[in-house]
Amino acid sequence: MNHWIIVPIILPAILAPFIVLAARHHIGIQRAFSVAGVLALIAISTGLAWQAADGTITLYQTGDWAAPFGIVLVGDRLSTMMVLLTSVLALFVLLYAIGSKWDERGRHFHALFQFQLMGILGAFLTGDLFNLFVFFEVLLIASYGLMIHSGGDQRLRAGVQYVLYNLLGSTLFLFALGSIYAETGTLNMADLAVRVAEVGPEATVGIRVAAVLLLMVFAIKAALAPLHFWLPSSYSEAPGPVAALFAIMTKVGAYAIIRVYTMIFHPELEVTMGLHDTWLLPAALVSLVIGMVGVLAAKHLDRLVAFSVIGSMGMVMVAISLMSEAGIAAALYYIIHSTLAAAALFLIVDLVKTGRAGLTLVAAPPVSGAALTAGLFFVAAIAMAGLPPLSGFIGKLLILEASFSTDMAVWVWAIILSSSLIAVVGFARAGSVVFWKGQSVEYEEDAVLPDAPSTLAYAAVGGLVAMLIAHTIFAGHMHDYMQVMAEQLFAPVDYISTVVETPGKMSTTKEGH
Amino acid sequence: MELLVATAIGILTAGGIYLVLRLRTFPVILGVSLLTYAVNVFLFASGRLTIGASPILIDGVETYTDPLPQALVLTAIVISFGMTAVVVMIALGAYLGSNDDHVDDPDDAALAAEDAK
Repeated sequence: MNHWIIVPIILPAILAPFIVLAARHHIGIQRAFSVAGVLALIAISTGLAWQAADGTITLYQTGDWAAPFGIVLVGDRLSTMMVLLTSVLALFVLLYAIGSKWDERGRHFHALFQFQLMGILGAFLTGDLFNLFVFFEVLLIASYGLMIHSGGDQRLRAGVQYVLYNLLGSTLFLFALGSIYAETGTLNMADLAVRVAEVGPEATVGIRVAAVLLLMVFAIKAALAPLHFWLPSSYSEAPGPVAALFAIMTKVGAYAIIRVYTMIFHPELEVTMGLHDTWLLPAALVSLVIGMVGVLAAKHLDRLVAFSVIGSMGMVMVAISLMSEAGIAAALYYIIHSTLAAAALFLIVDLVKTGRAGLTLVAAPPVSGAALTAGLFFVAAIAMAGLPPLSGFIGKLLILEASFSTDMAVWVWAIILSSSLIAVVGFARAGSVVFWKGQSVEYEEDAVLPDAPSTLAYAAVGGLVAMLIAHTIFAGHMHDYMQVMAEQLFAPVDYISTVVETPGKMSTTKEGH
Repeated sequence: MELLVATAIGILTAGGIYLVLRLRTFPVILGVSLLTYAVNVFLFASGRLTIGASPILIDGVETYTDPLPQALVLTAIVISFGMTAVVVMIALGAYLGSNDDHVDDPDDAALAAEDAK
């Protein structure tokens, strides 16, 4: 048993208190450690992803306790890919936060950032539902701090909403875990998959309630309609780089749905049959519509991007709710795309904000460094709206193709295509008002032009856009990998046997009961 | 005993949900606390209710209480306690800053005023 798989959790967990305790007054040292930590995370997660690429499932038993008794970390293709995505995103967001000096505007940005990473990476790696709850709380409590970073009345108000909504979500999560434990007597995911399959047809009430409650919890995280109301205010009021990092948080919800509903409550399971096509698919279609109509209706650039996140999560959930290998593969491709595109857009919004009075969509004098910012916005908006040639278009094609043979194909095709058109109009309108019409507005005589954003800030956004372009160019390779990832997800026998049968402390007592 | 525990959870949850749907932060936070109490008792009961039984399986004992939910509840209590403290502080900050403790979004006029500042 090697220990690399727990390093993505341990490393930020050590770095964060170190930054708070030892480097509190030295922003330079904080930056150096934070960046070094994230670079190390990228190296480690690349290694983990490499290890998992051939289908190996890495199991880590904490304290050497065997599976249902101890907490396990499991690295398969999906979780290592999400870990890699998170650390790459974290690097660019961190560079932007340093370049735009956001980290100096309040205290403890870097420490909270590391705790946030610990929570997200832990949520991806854990193989235990209660441990997933704990990591959700770690990432949430760090996100509360990050969201109200540098203060301001509006931001605090949005922060209250965000915290309260998530507290309710956590409570719901505990109710779900309680009912699952009461029904099955375990919270280890692999062990649950075995036991849920054994539940007799006459005693399914509790387990069905638990499955729906759990779906609701993850839907809150994934901002699925009608549970998306927390997202627009909190994402648009959060500092730019924080909102960009939050782009991965909605994906934690999507990841949890994929994990739990392919392994534990898999689509062939009689108990929860129909959950995904009767409930999840319509909800996903509704949030797709709400998101894209929100893009068109938004009066502020930051809210526009927040709504586009809801829309793209709707798209992801449409693909997930097909619950087929093609659908999940398309969803995974789209998850990577939408994380990068949403993060890039939030950073661009922050670039615009530095040079402009407010983000209301009215013509105002050109923003500092307008040409470059406009160019980046153009590329990121094309990606987000799903126009060719960027990855949004490819992802959408994959989802359309995956849904073609299902009963709901008409609805899926009609809604995806029309909502894309609405999004294109929304983004085009916003871009032309902010960047184009602004050209014809004169500066006031005594206007002081703010400085153009720093090169590092542009480099960070440029890096994200470059990742998007790479995601487009290597779409074939990426999709092939997503395909084998989906195959692994739909054949969880390996995963389950690795977790349940690997010996450790206590494993001998298993024969006794 | 089952009836008593179930009623307690039900009443706590109902009260919590009612308070959570209020407009101002203070009752909402109280409601969240009530809900977390309810869920703690619920988690506690998820290992089945037994009285006077030994907590860990040892030889010669027929019935025993499940120790795991107690560990889960401990974690849940700590987390919900910390989270409530955080939300009280943030809500207090928001209230003192804008002299308004509604939990809903401010209207567009207020947002525009904020932008103009």
